[in-house]
Amino acid sequence: MKKLLLATTAMAMMTGAAHAAGHAEDVKIGVVLGFTGPLESITPAMGAGAEMAMAEVTASGALLGGATVTSVRGDSTCIDAGAATSAAERLVTSDGVNAIMGADCSGVTGAILQNVARPNGVVMISPSATSPGLSSADDDGLFFRTAPSDARQGVIITNILQDRGYNEVALTYTNNDYGKGLADAFQAAFEAAGGTVTISAAHEDGKADYSAEVGALASAGGEVLVVAGYVDQGGSGVIRSALDTGAFDTFYVPDGMVGAKLNENFGAEMNGSFGAYPGTDSPGAAKFVELAAEAGFDGTGAFSPESYDAAALIMLAMQAAGSSASADFKDHVFDVANAPGVEIFPGELQKGLELLAAGTDIDYVGASAVELIGPGESAGNYQEIEFADGVYSTIGFR
Amino acid sequence: MDFLNALVALANFVIVPGLAYGAQLAIGALGVTLIYGILRFSNFAHGDTMAFGTAMTIKFTGLLLALGITFGPLPTALLALPFGIAATCLLVLFIDWLVYQFYRDQKASPVILVIVSMGVMFVMNGVVRFAIGVQDIRFADGERFIITARDFKTMTGLDEGLAIKTTQAITVVVAVVVVALLFWFLNKTRTGKSMRAFSDNEDLALLSGINPDKVVKVTWILVAALATTAGVLYGLDKSFKAFTYFQLLLPIFASAIVGGLGSPLGAIAGGFVIAFSEVTITYAWKKVLVYLMPSNLEPDALVQLLSTDYKFAVSFAILIVVLLFKPTGLFKGQSV
Repeated sequence: MKKLLLATTAMAMMTGAAHAAGHAEDVKIGVVLGFTGPLESITPAMGAGAEMAMAEVTASGALLGGATVTSVRGDSTCIDAGAATSAAERLVTSDGVNAIMGADCSGVTGAILQNVARPNGVVMISPSATSPGLSSADDDGLFFRTAPSDARQGVIITNILQDRGYNEVALTYTNNDYGKGLADAFQAAFEAAGGTVTISAAHEDGKADYSAEVGALASAGGEVLVVAGYVDQGGSGVIRSALDTGAFDTFYVPDGMVGAKLNENFGAEMNGSFGAYPGTDSPGAAKFVELAAEAGFDGTGAFSPESYDAAALIMLAMQAAGSSASADFKDHVFDVANAPGVEIFPGELQKGLELLAAGTDIDYVGASAVELIGPGESAGNYQEIEFADGVYSTIGFR
Repeated sequence: MDFLNALVALANFVIVPGLAYGAQLAIGALGVTLIYGILRFSNFAHGDTMAFGTAMTIKFTGLLLALGITFGPLPTALLALPFGIAATCLLVLFIDWLVYQFYRDQKASPVILVIVSMGVMFVMNGVVRFAIGVQDIRFADGERFIITARDFKTMTGLDEGLAIKTTQAITVVVAVVVVALLFWFLNKTRTGKSMRAFSDNEDLALLSGINPDKVVKVTWILVAALATTAGVLYGLDKSFKAFTYFQLLLPIFASAIVGGLGSPLGAIAGGFVIAFSEVTITYAWKKVLVYLMPSNLEPDALVQLLSTDYKFAVSFAILIVVLLFKPTGLFKGQSV
């Protein structure tokens, strides 16, 4: 029996080796998103976005002389730093991923960065972590994000509110790194611009009842209620309760709150409310929605384009470095993402890879008009939306 | 006039929502307390039983709507509720037969049953998500409001509005009916009396010829009915989401324990204590005080005892105080 086992193992190892020699490399990219937990309803489209980029590159056969790219999924749970860390640890140590596309929520992203990515020297590109705190986190040059920091969004919200003549608002935020970060950034920007925040009240996600929060918010008053939460979580619960009790009529919805769910949940009740979320009028965005429809998922889902871009950047940087090792390609992420170079849009990854192989510089624009600044985060393009006749539509870009 | 405004503001933001939420918690806590009293363990799968019952009711509501049947101004889900309860009964009886019976026959200690129920909880977590998905579902139809804040203002000429949702009224009415029925059943019927006897002293009950299998079955059926009703009322008032129902477990357990585990009356009182402690302690009294105080004494600050971040801390602080000074809960349940 022992001999049989030994022989089998030896055989397996030999065929494995032969396999590797005969074929080009198999690149693995970890997709760490909250497939369960508070973001479980938007992560499927994010994962699908990232995997669409990988499928596109594999089909092109242009990466590192014909490498195949496989996705290995891990569950970040969005809220449980321990579970997220062990999921990422498994991807790195047991599956041997070359890079991580993720994580989604700011809190778990920070935990994975410090506990897994830095110790193991693995590049991670997050499509959706927007906490300002991550800008100054130590990352050994390994961490990037295709989402902008919320410090920028705080300024955008202030501009939009003041352009409409609102100077007194109430503020509620989801009690986590994302919500707190955005709320603080906004409050600082708004007060510096002469506005007043009457109250800044936290709400917990996934809880049973938001009457207490709405009671406090209504008591403090304000012309507009800024809801820095999640659309399929407490954020919607707070808006529902505020509308029902007549506490507020007009809402400002930041990025986490914008989704088709808002139209479904509230319809005409939201008329007159407004907001902004990352988005661009660059042709890449429309192209991505088209590709996503062909692949069978919703390309308008929040952070789905950013996920595609995050995965694409990883693979393009590998090509630029001529290596799939994080230590080699981490310094090339900026080069492929920013000008100068030939602009690359979604669906053109093959062209990008071939240009890089030929030594031409590229400027990856992608689905979300990626332009990396400062510590490796997206500069941030926002589209301003407004509700009329029960649906929201984009009225401009900032 | 100012006094009326203050009263209406308080009713709109504290009393009405607190009553509805309290009633939902109370019915949920009744289910937990029945299991604890009669089957003698803390059923961690209760939140997911509620989720399953609600999911089934949503399915049947869809079916009824497809057949063109509605309930006039009331939500159709109320018509589908009996079907949802029936489906949930089948599921909990199946789980009892498959899982709990084995441990009961072994006379497993309560702590083992608690862990077993956690296993059941995780499985049901998955079952519910398979059955209906992870997304947020609103299934209330019919009239949304008995009176809206705006109508109230024009009607009375007050500055403050008072909104009463149909679902809030239904919640309170159904809660009263359910509680009355349950107490009648436990106190007046033969089966109900045998259940209380079984709860008080299992050995004596067995000696006097009570059929334990029947008691267990009836308990599960009651629990399924209570859980489904609580879940549907909550879902009608807010919305259905598998994850939120799982989280409902905490306030429900807090209610049952504060009231006294095993005591039905305590579960109801506990539900309201927890609901009102969440809403009132963190309420900002500024609005009410501005109406009541003479203008030179009006507060500028929010007059908020604790920020809303602490609302769960409040209910758990109450829980700890109760356990320290009155371990059996407010209404003499079993000590934990």
